[in-house]
Amino acid sequence: MKQNEIKIKIQNLNFFYGEKQALFDISMDIFKNQVTALIGPSGCGKSTFLRCLNRMNDLIPNSKVEGAVYFDGKNIYDPQVDVVSLRRKVGMVFQKPNPFPKSIFENVAYGLKVQGIKDKYLIEQKVEESLKMAALWDDVKDRLGESAMGLSGGQQQRLCIARAIAVEPEVLLMDEPASALDPIATKKIEELIFELKKNFTIVIVTHNMQQAARISDYTGFFFMGKLIEVDTTETIFTKPGKKETEDYITGRFG
Amino acid sequence: MKYNKRLTEKIIEYLLFIVAFSALTCVALIVIFLFYEGLPIFEKVGFKEFFFGKYWYPTSDPPAFGIFPLFIGSVLVTILSSLIAVPIGVMTAIYLAELASPIVRKIVKPIIELLAALPSVVIGFFGMVVVAPFLQEYFDLATGLNLFNASLMLAFMSIPTICSISEDAIYGIPTELKEGSFALGATHLQTIIRVIIPASISGISVAITLGMARAIGETMVVLMVAGGAAMIPESIFDPVRPMPASIAAEMAEAPYRSDHYHALFAIGIVLFLFTSAFNLVADYISYKYKEKGSATL
Ligand SMILES: Nc1ncnc2c1ncn2[C@@H]1O[C@H](COP(=O)(O)OP(=O)(O)O)[C@@H](O)[C@H]1O
Ligand SMILES: [Mg+2]
Repeated sequence: MKQNEIKIKIQNLNFFYGEKQALFDISMDIFKNQVTALIGPSGCGKSTFLRCLNRMNDLIPNSKVEGAVYFDGKNIYDPQVDVVSLRRKVGMVFQKPNPFPKSIFENVAYGLKVQGIKDKYLIEQKVEESLKMAALWDDVKDRLGESAMGLSGGQQQRLCIARAIAVEPEVLLMDEPASALDPIATKKIEELIFELKKNFTIVIVTHNMQQAARISDYTGFFFMGKLIEVDTTETIFTKPGKKETEDYITGRFG
Repeated sequence: MKYNKRLTEKIIEYLLFIVAFSALTCVALIVIFLFYEGLPIFEKVGFKEFFFGKYWYPTSDPPAFGIFPLFIGSVLVTILSSLIAVPIGVMTAIYLAELASPIVRKIVKPIIELLAALPSVVIGFFGMVVVAPFLQEYFDLATGLNLFNASLMLAFMSIPTICSISEDAIYGIPTELKEGSFALGATHLQTIIRVIIPASISGISVAITLGMARAIGETMVVLMVAGGAAMIPESIFDPVRPMPASIAAEMAEAPYRSDHYHALFAIGIVLFLFTSAFNLVADYISYKYKEKGSATL
């Protein structure tokens, strides 16, 4: 493995939806400024795992977490941890684009405004910067005041990415960000991820293995709530250590 | 076999059409009747005198048919009751949809919906025997049956409607939208104020308009607790006589096809236009936001 700084360390993580256990004893490291892809058949717990990293699962009634997730060495499940500031550092892009029913500008400015930033000039500058980074600026620069709901699916997803990076998180969690998009929009998002890697640590869920192979440095394979193996993307795709991984990658199931 | 099936379908189709058509016809006939019986008053009394006349003395000699005090009574009762009902109804809805635990929600929501079914005569009775004596004593008034009491009771009536419909709208906001806000580091309160309320504003507006429409047309409560004085009130503790109360109280004593009788029907027309306007506004609001999303908010 490449020698890299650990950004997030997950230790013996179990997750329960009520009585039903969805994640079993997961331990893995996520390295700084690298792209980590999570692959596996649908329903194997990828989203659940991702949502444990910014405590999004807190919102689900009757759910329960065991184990620890260290972010820069501090366990985010410590009772003293401020979830709001954690989520500012660990941004998230969802599977289905979920822009707010507000203007394009307001969508990107949202994260800044809820932080209490009032400086109009600063906000405008950040909005422009983020939209440029998300490769959306040219599409929308003349209609920032229009509703975000009028954008196409691909544009909406790039808007959600812009919205997430506007608050300058350290980690960006992406849950199948391209699954609802056409190939051209997908390609744009992939190129974007490549760019974003310079500034962010990225964890991306995908069930598209070619995509994982193209964009990630590390790949973790999930199956039935367990992390079967995690290694550099090259190793996983050329000489996987476990039979299940090989079966999945070669398309024998899933 | 096949022929039979198609025939049955046709028959059902026609039956439904006839039912729907006769219902519509009945409503249309009522409206026509309303105008037919109401309009003749304007042969005797001018529009201006009718709408802006300050005196409603339908039985004196000569009679005065100025509905302005009645109209103002209706408007004030509606405004005041909305000022009470809207904040309480909407805030309760937010609490139930967003903050209450699922168990509390499960228990409280049906109770509120049950309150919406409370007969208005019961609410009126409550206003008469409980609220009125209390107001009279506590504020040292000549009568506890007044504008304030009526507004309070009407608020009582519209809160369940406002709350229940708003709650549905707020509860129906997709989780993804809320999660999007939380993921950007917004607190729950920020999410409620900046995302949830704007996104459900069309439903909330419809709830408010329907709640208010219910208050405008309400007859029994205002008949029982508004005090019945056909004058322009000077304080919220003065008695008033909203339009529906006038019609209900006087219809029995107005001789058939007399001027008084026609005048009461004309009040009915005003009331009808008033509530229709409200419903149109409700429709327009829900249409407008449904089309575009609440992007401008
Ligand atoms: N909110 C929820 N409540 C109960 N069970 C859930 C919930 N979300 C997901 N699950 C279950 O947890 C398992 C893992 O789901 P998920 O993490 O969404 O898988 P993936 O993202 O890999 O498709 C599935 O069996 C799913 O049915
Ligand atoms: Mg998923």
